[in-house]
Amino acid sequence: MSQSPDAWPLWEVFVRSKNGLAHKHSGSLHAPDAETALKSARDVYTRRSEGVSIWVIPSSAVVASSPDEREPLFAPSDDKPYRHPTFYDIPDEVGHM
Amino acid sequence: MGEEISLEHRFQAYVDADNKVEPKDWMPEKYRKTMIRQISQHAHSEVVGMLPEANWITRAPSLRSKLILLAKVQDEGGHGLYLYSAAETLGISREELLDDLLAGRAKYSSIFNYPTLSWADMGAVGWLVDGAAIANQVMLCRTSYGPYARAMVRICKEESFHQRQGYEIMMHLAAGTPDQKAMAQDALNRWWWPSLMMFGPPDDQSPNTAQSMAWRIKRKTNDELRQEFVDKTVPQVEFLGLQVPDSDLKWNEARGHYDFGPIDWEEFFQVVGGNGPCNKERLAARQKAHDDGMWVREAALAHAKKRAAASAASNDLKTSAA
Repeated sequence: MSQSPDAWPLWEVFVRSKNGLAHKHSGSLHAPDAETALKSARDVYTRRSEGVSIWVIPSSAVVASSPDEREPLFAPSDDKPYRHPTFYDIPDEVGHM
Repeated sequence: MGEEISLEHRFQAYVDADNKVEPKDWMPEKYRKTMIRQISQHAHSEVVGMLPEANWITRAPSLRSKLILLAKVQDEGGHGLYLYSAAETLGISREELLDDLLAGRAKYSSIFNYPTLSWADMGAVGWLVDGAAIANQVMLCRTSYGPYARAMVRICKEESFHQRQGYEIMMHLAAGTPDQKAMAQDALNRWWWPSLMMFGPPDDQSPNTAQSMAWRIKRKTNDELRQEFVDKTVPQVEFLGLQVPDSDLKWNEARGHYDFGPIDWEEFFQVVGGNGPCNKERLAARQKAHDDGMWVREAALAHAKKRAAASAASNDLKTSAA
């Protein structure tokens, strides 16, 4: 599972499908530099008008949470139903709230 | 050891509940190996699959059909890239994957070892070969490995154009002169059986099927997918006014499916084993493309290093000026 030092680095590609929406992860690709990564991302991920803007980010710059931390990180929000609007009973005659 | 077993039990329960496995999740080593093998074979198939069609780009009969064929072949290259990326999330490098292909250690779909002899083959390949691939890929949109499933969703969206453009070529030829219609029939005759073989050996001779079904990598067996393809395709053949090259083919009212004749598995295993009509030619073409592209890769890397050095030097200047 070795990667030679001359291998092109990996980039993560994010595409905004139209203004008003966020950039969304599309996939990844190898490229020697940022400029080439951007051009390749256009060819690989936007052949059918999928986007109006592209971000490329070196994959090595992504810091990710570990699946082992899923419990301690995300479980605490599961037992706080009072954070959701449906937790509260408001009579119908009050109208939409 | 005991811990490993309980991890495997948990993994099985997790996929049984239709959850997706993501790259950093724990997975059995055999699941990882199976996924790397399957996704990389799929990627290689997309890349080698560009060759039989590229064969006709310069001889497409009109500018319209040339543009379409170029777009289709470009898509196949893109599909290869999505899939290589998905395989790399499992911890194998792109270089290793390409080395395995070029050294002949990796397999790709045996269908691409058949030659494309006439323009009608562009119709038959798009309609039948991409059609068979779609049947498989629609199923794989629900595969248990997340990055593979996501690549499949993207590929399926694009693949439908491939099948329709192929069928359109067949429609034009089938409605053309007697010679053109004969050309369409000839292409159908040559591509029908290899297309049915694309789904792989029958279930009772497919060693990996049971485990792949249990891990929800595959959601349908080879024989189920093959039957679906035949049922869907026969009416399309009839619409063209062509004949399926199978004298045993007939509708079975009781089963609600078409019965079809025996498949020549000896031919399939010969082609998989490297003895198909074009195996050597395909790998030689890949090797040539790889070798001819070497200077481009080296130049791009040298350029990137030079620019990075220049930008570092100019940053040093700015820092010392401040």
